[in-house]
Amino acid sequence: MTQPRPEVLQKLTPVLTKRWLSPDAWQIGVYERLDGYLALRKALDVHPDDLIQLVKDSGLRGRGGAGFPTGLKWGFIPQGDGKPHYLVINADEGEPGTCKDLPLMTYDPHSLVEGAIIASYAIRANRAFIYIRGEAVHAARRLRNAVQEAYAKGYLGKNILGSGFDLDLVVHSGAGAYICGEETALLDSLEGFRGQPRLRPPFPAVAGLYASPTVVNNVGTIASVPYIVLGGADWWKSMGTEKSAGPMIYSLSGRITNPGQYECGLGITLRELIELAGGMKPGHNLKFWTPGGSSTPILTAEHIDTPMDFEGVAAAGSILGTTAMQIFSDQDCPVYNTWRWLEFYHHESCGKCTPCREGNYWMVRTYRRILAGQGTYADLDTLQDTADNIFGRSFCGLGDGAATPVVSTLKWFRDDYLGYIEGRTAPRLSEKTLVGAH
Amino acid sequence: MTDVAKKADTVTLTVDGVEVTAEKGELVIRVAERMGIAIPRFCDHPLLAPAGACRQCLVEVEGQRKPVASCTQTVAEGMVVKTQLSSPVAAKAQAGIMEMLLINHPLDCPTCDKGGECPLQNQAMSTGRADSRFVEHKREYEKPIHISSQVLLDRERCVLCQRCTRFSEEIAGDKFIDLMDRSSGEQINVYRDDFFGGEGTGDGQAGEDEGDVPFNSYFSGNTIQICPVGALTGEQYRFRARPFDLVSSPSACEHCAAGCSQRADHRRGKVLRRLAGDDPAVNEEWNCDKGRWGFRYTTATDRITTPLLRDPASGRLREASWSEALLAAAEGLRDARERGVGVLPGGRLTVEDAYAYAKFARVVLGTNDIDFRARPIRSSGSSPATTEEADFLAASVAGITDVTYEAVENAPSVLIVGLEPEEECPILFLRLRKGHLKRKLTVTAVSPYLSRGLEKLGAALVAAVPGDEARLLNTDPAVAGALSAPGSVLIVGERLATVPGGLSAAAALARRTGARLAWVPRRAGDRGALDAGCLPNLLPGGRPVTDVAARAELSLAWRVEAGVLPSTAGRDVDRIVAAAADGTLGALLVGGVDPADLADPRLAEEALAAVPFVVSLELRQSAVTRHADVVLPIAPAVEKAGTYMDWEGRLRSFAAVLPGTAMTDGRVLEAIAALLDVTLNTGDVSAIRRELGSLPAATARPALPAAEVVEPARPAEREAVLATWHQLLDLGTLLDGDEVLAGTARPPVARIGKDLAESLGVVDGDLVTVSTDRGGVTLPAAITDLPPAVVWLPTNSPGSTVRRSLGVTAGAVVRLQAGVPGPILAEGVAR
Repeated sequence: MTQPRPEVLQKLTPVLTKRWLSPDAWQIGVYERLDGYLALRKALDVHPDDLIQLVKDSGLRGRGGAGFPTGLKWGFIPQGDGKPHYLVINADEGEPGTCKDLPLMTYDPHSLVEGAIIASYAIRANRAFIYIRGEAVHAARRLRNAVQEAYAKGYLGKNILGSGFDLDLVVHSGAGAYICGEETALLDSLEGFRGQPRLRPPFPAVAGLYASPTVVNNVGTIASVPYIVLGGADWWKSMGTEKSAGPMIYSLSGRITNPGQYECGLGITLRELIELAGGMKPGHNLKFWTPGGSSTPILTAEHIDTPMDFEGVAAAGSILGTTAMQIFSDQDCPVYNTWRWLEFYHHESCGKCTPCREGNYWMVRTYRRILAGQGTYADLDTLQDTADNIFGRSFCGLGDGAATPVVSTLKWFRDDYLGYIEGRTAPRLSEKTLVGAH
Repeated sequence: MTDVAKKADTVTLTVDGVEVTAEKGELVIRVAERMGIAIPRFCDHPLLAPAGACRQCLVEVEGQRKPVASCTQTVAEGMVVKTQLSSPVAAKAQAGIMEMLLINHPLDCPTCDKGGECPLQNQAMSTGRADSRFVEHKREYEKPIHISSQVLLDRERCVLCQRCTRFSEEIAGDKFIDLMDRSSGEQINVYRDDFFGGEGTGDGQAGEDEGDVPFNSYFSGNTIQICPVGALTGEQYRFRARPFDLVSSPSACEHCAAGCSQRADHRRGKVLRRLAGDDPAVNEEWNCDKGRWGFRYTTATDRITTPLLRDPASGRLREASWSEALLAAAEGLRDARERGVGVLPGGRLTVEDAYAYAKFARVVLGTNDIDFRARPIRSSGSSPATTEEADFLAASVAGITDVTYEAVENAPSVLIVGLEPEEECPILFLRLRKGHLKRKLTVTAVSPYLSRGLEKLGAALVAAVPGDEARLLNTDPAVAGALSAPGSVLIVGERLATVPGGLSAAAALARRTGARLAWVPRRAGDRGALDAGCLPNLLPGGRPVTDVAARAELSLAWRVEAGVLPSTAGRDVDRIVAAAADGTLGALLVGGVDPADLADPRLAEEALAAVPFVVSLELRQSAVTRHADVVLPIAPAVEKAGTYMDWEGRLRSFAAVLPGTAMTDGRVLEAIAALLDVTLNTGDVSAIRRELGSLPAATARPALPAAEVVEPARPAEREAVLATWHQLLDLGTLLDGDEVLAGTARPPVARIGKDLAESLGVVDGDLVTVSTDRGGVTLPAAITDLPPAVVWLPTNSPGSTVRRSLGVTAGAVVRLQAGVPGPILAEGVAR
């Protein structure tokens, strides 16, 4: 393990992660001692519109992957429309490689609760929901405990801190479907229906939960709000880049010495992040990596100096996504990895639209054959074409996400595919695996 | 198109380089369709909400990063759309989707019912590849699944377009099929215990399966029709024919008064299936399962194909030649004319045939003793002298076409009395539901309880003890309130005739509130028979028989001498039956009437037995032919041309679907008349239509009836007031032999309120016996939110033939006891 150089270490900007290592920061008493709920008191003193303006000024962009400006989204909520407004927090973190929200909710749940109260106040919602992934039992337990504590302290419920503002916060556990991370499927699921993406328009800002104006934000987005309220827009913008302001939690996994969450200003490079993570594992050389989860096109060693902000990654032909960086080395096979991802997408496809439902079924089987040494040259063309026929044709982004690793590995690592087809690479799956494969 | 002045609510866009104007909100796929550009599609259906699920209809829209689904994309000003005709991107996207749809689709077209008329097959030819690149295993499922006794599901053929589930939820309101599982294992299915390992979700109503929940809908056949592949098939048609061997003819449904347009497909002289016809003004593109599948009665084994004469020696019917039988009928009727002949044409006739009966009665028999109403026309205890319904029909219905489906859909509010729309006029039910869901139509129902059908209309209930409806119409503020908005519609069912003062109150209420009034009978021929003059008080065109001028004009039109047409109102159905039973009448001329449908079936059969001479114009052996002296076979609807008049008063003309030698009622009556030296001129449909068109129209209307309101019956201990109506699928004559269809009939139950359940000591599912002096009915109890001391029975369902077994109708007092299984005779009746 190599120690990071001081100038790289300085790039760490612990904001959302600052309490994670404080013992018992998930308890309200500790949280309050560590500046907790100060932002809420400050926020309740200002007009909700000013809060929206503050968030606009901060340049905060959605942390769920798409990077939509948060203040703009809040501003879409029609005010004075006589309808109930809702805040829904997307905590259905399920993208392979992504692991920023669950530790946040486990180790610092009150920051999310506090952010939720401020955001609800800003958009005039009296009911907010946290839709948390069903498998995240421990995080949900911590979160429920935090909500209870907040109620007991008067941060939730009626007339919060004497402000006249009421808010109920509900923690809802999903039932284990990746698709429910898609915001409209999440809303359907929250309403008790089968989780499938909705037709847009209408967008959630107009007709979201229970056909009422709804803001759906990622955990990281909402948890950022208290810091912006306390520190101000300018302080927030002092981190990151001009168009990608603020700190970001980079989740590093794979062939590095110290996998984990590294919070740095947007725009840091993979080279620096690997250094922060103690370098590559001994004997491993970087071969390919995902910038933001398996749904983002993979990048290769040549992209190691790409600035990890929305614009920089886009310029390199990929997407910043959830900054879930899975790092693979020369001992990893991109074909095998893509197959594993595809099995996931195939399993998680909701089935609503043809390309995602059928395309994944097809591609998974083709990969199984290739990896069993039974692939053909034609398979590569078919794979490429099928992925092209899925990408941009599916109902929601899940289909695009499934096609992405196929297209990008075929682009960068075609020879690895040919290795299996031409018999240069030993099969990774046996014939037996194919029997009755389903 | 550019020079057309643009309306504010239109936009101009370009599709494949052609400029086109479209209404705001119109979908791109519809605009393209109007221009003659066929974009392939599966999930899209013009009457269902857009889904965007199948992705087959992708097109390129300039400025959009990805191809867009034209079935969900609405038009915008200046939009530039390129379909597969002008965009390689769109063409490739469509070809790609088609390829993916086919990878898991079986290549069983040669044995699939849909083969030859399959959107998937057709569009695979237009949009798909010539060969498949797919070399993996296809998805397999157990096949087929019976999701109801009528509907079968082959899941491996399904393309998951969700048309069926969307129809069931959006249109019918019967959400019994849904998507289950996910990914490539996603499938349509019904709730099945073995699928979920669950306990069952029966809602506790007696008779419902507590475990599996089948596809329990009166409209399930529509899902088969709109399925774009062969995943949903009908038990009745499965493996019976190839579409390209069938001859398709437009037709009209002969069952209820909804007036559905249909398509009948036949091969080698036999109808193999029927489909909903496309008529936006009436049934849109839907029909009910009864209309779709209830057509086997015409091929029943007891169909009469040759005239029959009763042999005086043996007393049995024997086959006879037409000339012999017609002569016997003519002579018998001529001889009975002096004493009087009653004419019961029934409610299943075409307008043309009904007119023939009306004219035959007046011109040949010289009588007004004619009544199409084959049902109770007054309450069980009313005096036969009351003519409230006939007066009401004369004053407020005959010749009037005030209310249409469209008017109902667009009304702000509808009040329903004496009608259970889902059971008695299912397409009206669908339209009410559409109005309720899409146009915020509020529905109020005066009924004993809020049925599942009424619930699906979001109806507010004005709970009524049967017999009390008239009082409620006169005095209940909720009733008047429901009609307060301009444009409101009052819909009364034929059953209101059994409430003394009910129809008078309805007419008065309509006049008082300004609401439009619609009368909905139950049979396809009822309204037509009314307008054709098959009532004792009305001539064709809704003109009173007592109107001198009307008689004179009609005499002129019919070329009969003055004085031939009788000038006083004749006997109605009850009085015809009574007069036949007591020997007053000399003969009966009976069309398609089942005595069991009449108010007192026993008396009706006595009348048939007692009357000296009976001529029966029938399709099949029946309770009437058993007593008939002459039986003359006539053509079923499918073998003749004609016109039904639906409840709106709308004419539903159709041509013969099957060629046949069977004659219409009108042709047979004409032949009898000819033997009596009268030229009836009713043998040819077009001749009748010409004649009907030339008849003078009614000018003045008789006054509204003002019948007395009668206090509803007061049941004593262990008694209750009877509520009853027909279920859509029951023991009706036209449903004989359709066992598959009977499988989705609602299980017969006796509905009682909590009060009766407690006093009888029964719980849901326990047997309850309802009896009168005549007999009893024993059914499982279904505890329902009914007014106190009211019991509901299905009128004519298996185990519950109310009129035959009890001899009473709604509003009568019946006895109740906790039931015992087995055949029941009431107390005091000898076994």
